[in-house]
Amino acid sequence: MPADAATALKDKFPQAVVRPSSDHPAFNVPVGDVLAVLKFLRDEGAFNLLMDVTAVDAGEGTSPRFTVVYHLLSTTNPGSYIRIAAACANDAEPKAPSVVGLWPGANWHERECYDMFGIRFEGHPDLRRILMWEGYPYHPLRKEFPLAGIETELPVEDIAEETGTRVVAAPMQGGPFVASPGEINLTEAEPRAKDESWSDRRARPDQTELRQVKD
Amino acid sequence: MVTANTDFGYNSKVEGTVVVSRADAVINWIRTNSMWPMPMGLACCAIELMAVGSARFDIARFGAEVMRFSPRQSDCMIVAGSVTYKMAPQVRRIYDQMAAPKWVIAMGACASSGGMYRSYAHMQGVDRIVPVDVYVSGCPPRPEALLDALMKLQNKVRHEPAAKRLMSA
Repeated sequence: MPADAATALKDKFPQAVVRPSSDHPAFNVPVGDVLAVLKFLRDEGAFNLLMDVTAVDAGEGTSPRFTVVYHLLSTTNPGSYIRIAAACANDAEPKAPSVVGLWPGANWHERECYDMFGIRFEGHPDLRRILMWEGYPYHPLRKEFPLAGIETELPVEDIAEETGTRVVAAPMQGGPFVASPGEINLTEAEPRAKDESWSDRRARPDQTELRQVKD
Repeated sequence: MVTANTDFGYNSKVEGTVVVSRADAVINWIRTNSMWPMPMGLACCAIELMAVGSARFDIARFGAEVMRFSPRQSDCMIVAGSVTYKMAPQVRRIYDQMAAPKWVIAMGACASSGGMYRSYAHMQGVDRIVPVDVYVSGCPPRPEALLDALMKLQNKVRHEPAAKRLMSA
């Protein structure tokens, strides 16, 4: 079935639009139909394994801003994936239906999605943050949130008082994830990397003979 | 009874059944040679910490082989790994539960300075939440580096005014 799952899906749900994809078949569906589409794919399409629930933030000012993305795998047809994306209607307070009823494994995926993007999954049995602590005021994977973080309070009040420590923005300059032009040029910092005159077949200029590689 | 004897060792001809020493020396001698670690293993540094405890590197040679998983019984917290802001209060809570005197070794780049984790989630150095005595560089440090840190800490403890602190406490 997964081979023609795409056509079956199109027949059953004409509102599903093909989503540009470089690998697996993908569809955009209205957020109201996402439960029915996923249930159809699970029961009729043999896509029985929910691989991932994640989200995309298109950035402030765009509409629809948040898109929830589901990846399904068919274990009876190995390597057969399908991707379903649903744009959330409300850009300020995005909501999506929970699929915990279809796959219990979606529980923590949706909690992470809520933690990182602030998308509320309606019908979720226990929608708490999973990575950041309860009471953290931001959703870190949103486009406007800086990687360094925003200064705020530590999770535990008495320890914050005792130590006088706060959550502070991390210093980014010179950090490993910041490639600012004009800083370290690796070719210059490692001049040996430039010298390609020698290889394992030709000896290095300062060495007369090839180093024998022993088995 | 004043003698010119400057030996630290026991000399029965001079001292009879009495050994004379400084209180600091005795207290610090006891403390340095049975420094039970609290293994705060939070990431990959903890694997090196386990290697330090095993036969090849053998931290028992320095009297610190008794890894206590109860803070009440340990003297030296070894923070081995990356401390997130979510975990930091727990690290401090466990440090608070340790009985004084207590020391802290920040093992590896992440515990010392945040390491490669320059991000919203990661505490930039565990010394923001607990007082650190020895920092160990490395990602992760070699087991020998941790042994060196332990020896440095023992050297530090050896020169502490232990008796004075005990009297004032």
